[in-house]
Amino acid sequence: MNDRNHLSNVHVTHSVNVIENGIVDIPMLQILDNEGALIADANAPEIDKEKTQKILYTMEYIRLLDERMVAAQRQGRISFYLACTGEEAATTASAAALSDDDMIMSQYREQAALAYRGYSTEQFMNQMFSNRLDPNKGRQMPIHYGDKKLNFMTISSPLGTQIPQASGYAYGQKLQGTDAVTICYFGEGAASEGDFHAGLNMAAVLKCPVIFFCRNNGYAISTPADEQFAGDGIASRGIGYGVKTIRVDGNDALAVYTATQKAREIALAENCPVLIEAMTYRLAAHSTSDDPTGYRSKEEEAKWRERDPINRFKRWVMDKGWFDEQAHEAMLSESRQAILAAVKTAEKVDVCDIDDLVNDVYDTVPWHLQEQITELKAHIKKYPDAYPKTAKGVK
Amino acid sequence: MKKMNLLQAINDALILEMRRNEKVVVFGEDVGHFGGVFRATSHLQEHFGRERCFNTPLTEQGIIGFANGLASQGSYPVAEIQFADYIFPAFDQIVNETAKFRYRSGGQFTCGSLTIRTPYGGGIAGGLYHSQSPEAYFAHTPGMKIVIPRNPYQAKGLLLASIRDDNPVLFMEPKRLYRASVCEVPEEDYTLPLGKADIVTEGSDITLLAWGAQMEVIEKAAQMANDDGVSCDVIDLRSILPWDAECVAQSVRKTGRLLINHEAPMTGGFASEIAATIQDKCFLHLEAPIARVCGLDTPYPLAHEKEYMPDHLKTYEAIKRTLDY
Repeated sequence: MNDRNHLSNVHVTHSVNVIENGIVDIPMLQILDNEGALIADANAPEIDKEKTQKILYTMEYIRLLDERMVAAQRQGRISFYLACTGEEAATTASAAALSDDDMIMSQYREQAALAYRGYSTEQFMNQMFSNRLDPNKGRQMPIHYGDKKLNFMTISSPLGTQIPQASGYAYGQKLQGTDAVTICYFGEGAASEGDFHAGLNMAAVLKCPVIFFCRNNGYAISTPADEQFAGDGIASRGIGYGVKTIRVDGNDALAVYTATQKAREIALAENCPVLIEAMTYRLAAHSTSDDPTGYRSKEEEAKWRERDPINRFKRWVMDKGWFDEQAHEAMLSESRQAILAAVKTAEKVDVCDIDDLVNDVYDTVPWHLQEQITELKAHIKKYPDAYPKTAKGVK
Repeated sequence: MKKMNLLQAINDALILEMRRNEKVVVFGEDVGHFGGVFRATSHLQEHFGRERCFNTPLTEQGIIGFANGLASQGSYPVAEIQFADYIFPAFDQIVNETAKFRYRSGGQFTCGSLTIRTPYGGGIAGGLYHSQSPEAYFAHTPGMKIVIPRNPYQAKGLLLASIRDDNPVLFMEPKRLYRASVCEVPEEDYTLPLGKADIVTEGSDITLLAWGAQMEVIEKAAQMANDDGVSCDVIDLRSILPWDAECVAQSVRKTGRLLINHEAPMTGGFASEIAATIQDKCFLHLEAPIARVCGLDTPYPLAHEKEYMPDHLKTYEAIKRTLDY
């Protein structure tokens, strides 16, 4: 057995030492200024034209999708929606710094990461309309996406639960020598859950190659960050767990890209977790069930709109000569039409068979669920008008 | 065959399965080099290395959250919760995550390879927090399987089946039998079916049903009743979810009477589910109300443990009442 000494790193003092805030000063990485110009002593990451354009296109596509789907919810066409306006750079540029083999575990405001991976407009729609083409078989609320082929873990509503799961997933990747990492997204509100503590501590102790990516956007629904925590954001906690930590300007796509690339490199090479805190702002309402005018000012929002992550990145891309306004407008207009067409198609697709109500609870349907579905089908058959979505499938 | 106690049988099953399937990973509090506070994981780290058998920080929600991620990745985690009394911090991970993983993703992702082992039950002067039997909380959770063995032979066969089963299994081990229960156990690989009850003794006057450590209690009561000339059908339920209603119903159609015994409190205990279902399936065959002999609706006490427990005497009295009805 090894001898261990947990006092070995303890610095001894002979007068009372009260530790206060400010001892650790965590800087925020910035590469582009608010106008999108490269900051004098900052280095732009090595990133080619194709990837740059894909990042910009994904951010714009997601803003468009968000606008259209919020409208679709207002029209009563889908039951719920949740936009990521203002946070497009944080999620797109981080996803761009990953390999396609890396697992993404997200909270719910990271649709840009999924779009970057290649999730199609049709796939987004089928999930949101809970139709029979929805991979979740119509069981979860809109925006709870998941795609095994794209290594994007299906989203669930309970906050923070994916954090220790990401540690476990990454541990498995390490055991199997897959040369891949897991990235785990969450908001600063979710970081108050016990699962944040559990997940970071376990990842550090068990040496898991996982990137914890916190979107600190200032609000958890109506709760401002200063009612969420009293310390120096989320980044300061990483240090306490012995987790390598980076704070980055979440509205600066180049900074996010650089930080995530570095985090991935460290996680893989050293088999350890890295925490990234991306400082951003939730320009959107929390969801379509929320109205932010009840808890924050228009002036505050306007200030952040000036730091729009898309405009900022677009300026840089334009300066490089990698962006053509005309071609771009054509691409966006095409997306706009594709989204509208996909809405019309997806809302006409039927719901899943009634049997999918009991499938996948277990690997096979056990006796008691078989009894229940048989009884339910007989009931639907008796009252078909009361169950119009499924009655025609029950003969 | 080899004589083993319950702990040795569990240890034997874990070693066998870790050898057979290199994706099996065992972890929890103190399970590493030390081999667990009950020594169920003795020598695993020695045989299979720290990567496959290790201590975790002391966080139950972390252990199960980590296990969920590992299972969804394709490994076979066998996570230990030191006492079933401490599984509640992980309740959210088990109920909202483990159990719903497959369903909510349309079968794209699953925690089917996960097994959660936990010692449960009273009779060891464990007081409030080393005695609980929380199976009924989890029986209300679609997506989970719950399995409880009654002796070393059952433990090995059911644990191997649980690890291999393509659904998450909560495997509850009766800790008062860990060293007390000894029997012949095959050294080779074998499994026992999940979801199937086991008829221990056949009888014709009354059906006695229990699981885990309470099997010894109802067998003792059956012996006392037998001395009075009463013939008992004694059944070990083995799986709480999904449970073998057909086996119990068949027995009750024959005997016309049913007594269910469990350590957990009466109200909301799993006996309620069984009683309601059997009443529905066997209404015309029942000759007396279904009897429940359970723990009291109190927290699990220390000094009054003996009084609290649904022991053989309470069971024997309930058998007589049911027969005299």
